[in-house]
Amino acid sequence: MDEKKAKKTPISPRRRFFTDLAYTAGLGVMGGLLWAGYTEKAKSSPLTLRPPAALDEPDFLKTCIKCGLCSEACYNRPSNIDRDTGKPRPRTLKMAEAQDDVTIGTPFFIPREVPCYMCDDIPCVTACPTGALDVAKVTNPKTGELDYTMMDMGIAVVDDNSCIAFWGLQCDACYRACPLMDKALRLEYAKNERTGKHAFLKPVVDMHACTGCGLCEKACVTEKPAIFVLPREVALGKPGAHYVKGWDKKDQQRVQERVGKDVTTHDKRSAKNPMDYLNKGVEY
Amino acid sequence: MKWHNVKYLVLRRTVQIGLLVLYFMGNWYGWKVLQGDLSASMIFGKIPLSDPFAVLQIFATGAVVATNALIGALIIVLFYGIIGGRAFCSWVCPVNLVTDLAAWLRRKLLIDRIERKVWISRNIRYYMIVLALIVSALVGLAAFEVVSPITILNRGIVFGMGAGMGLIVAIFLFDLFVVKNGWCGHVCPLGGVHSIIGRYSLIRVRHNSDNCTLCMKCKTVCPEVEVLGMIGKRSEFVSRGECTNCGRCVDVCDDDALGFELRNFLETNTGGKE
Repeated sequence: MDEKKAKKTPISPRRRFFTDLAYTAGLGVMGGLLWAGYTEKAKSSPLTLRPPAALDEPDFLKTCIKCGLCSEACYNRPSNIDRDTGKPRPRTLKMAEAQDDVTIGTPFFIPREVPCYMCDDIPCVTACPTGALDVAKVTNPKTGELDYTMMDMGIAVVDDNSCIAFWGLQCDACYRACPLMDKALRLEYAKNERTGKHAFLKPVVDMHACTGCGLCEKACVTEKPAIFVLPREVALGKPGAHYVKGWDKKDQQRVQERVGKDVTTHDKRSAKNPMDYLNKGVEY
Repeated sequence: MKWHNVKYLVLRRTVQIGLLVLYFMGNWYGWKVLQGDLSASMIFGKIPLSDPFAVLQIFATGAVVATNALIGALIIVLFYGIIGGRAFCSWVCPVNLVTDLAAWLRRKLLIDRIERKVWISRNIRYYMIVLALIVSALVGLAAFEVVSPITILNRGIVFGMGAGMGLIVAIFLFDLFVVKNGWCGHVCPLGGVHSIIGRYSLIRVRHNSDNCTLCMKCKTVCPEVEVLGMIGKRSEFVSRGECTNCGRCVDVCDDDALGFELRNFLETNTGGKE
């Protein structure tokens, strides 16, 4: 009886309103969580190399509108025409598809397939309508002109176990391919103690000059390239502000500027008197 | 088949496919007429266009965009807001080709006659807009742009198709077997945005009920049937923003009861009331 009564009880407008509200909110939260979960996953592509002058990855992902104008500018640049065939070569900047391990629709490049040729007019960057590729990042502040040496797509890393130059074989393919030869990539000469009469010509990357164009990776002769480009935030460490190069004027300047500020480390241990440390020992 | 029965359909497909061809040529052959894709493009390398909803999502993530993208979005809003109405959906968007095919097949295979078990609200698209903006703000990535079949299909055609094709097939099947006009008429938030933008546009379909013979052909083909509430009842403009200005109703009408006209806001019977 009671059940039947309950079914017949009309829902008041107020109850209907709140039930509707809960219904909509519930569906919205459910959908939103699924959507946010997928989007969060789609965002993560830490090993992706972006076009020149791209903003830092989180900002780049926010700002890129996925229009492909950079990719088209890359493909259709006059310097991309193959002199032999008269046709354009494959493009450096590809647009990510669903199967690529890159946020869908965003531009990226794979140096061992097609490296960045570091055009001096940087057509991809000037084509960007949203500023995800920031012209200011490749503009020389003194001259106000585009400067391709300021690009920073990534940094080349050498695996000295598989690099045959480190074995003592003579190979300088990457060195000769580097557009900033002797700046971004130089050869370090060392004596080969094993033979006693030969030299090593070891490729060494300069982290400041290297743009991450990947021409070295493309040129590398080993089966799987022994020199390869990684995003800078993946490949580079960070020593921290408290290590100072005593021989470097600029680094000294940095310390000078901090004089007067509190530079002492404060933690649980520093709160104790040093004498206690000596007399009582330290509890870890 | 008479010309007047397919006039707007042919025109519409010409524009739709023509734009895709221009985008394709812009990418692969460097034609300067129309470059980029539907998210953002360049006309003759000078005039920027951009998707206002994409720009809105970018704002929601907390990022700012360069002036080119802003101007582009403004041009789009003004064009559709003043002139075109929701014409983007039926005259430009490539997903319309897919969903129209599904709707046509539904009619031919008589799927429409089977009682529909799944009912979903046509207002989902407006909730989707809000949800897209919230998720964009939470995650820091334009949320609809990573799932949008519009840009996936558009990029697929312009740059080369990949696994994203799966989503297009899914939408085709959804429209064919689950809900009539399911994607474009119920779910798509970009359609919602264009419904809002085009609400007061000048180009509108106008119904003349004196000529109407109540054959209801227009209601069979209309992807947004709810906008045709006045058929056979009142002579007035189709005033709701959800009308995509596709012109199929004008095409199929043999009684000259429907046609495109410039909206007269002074006409007494212009409101959306039924």
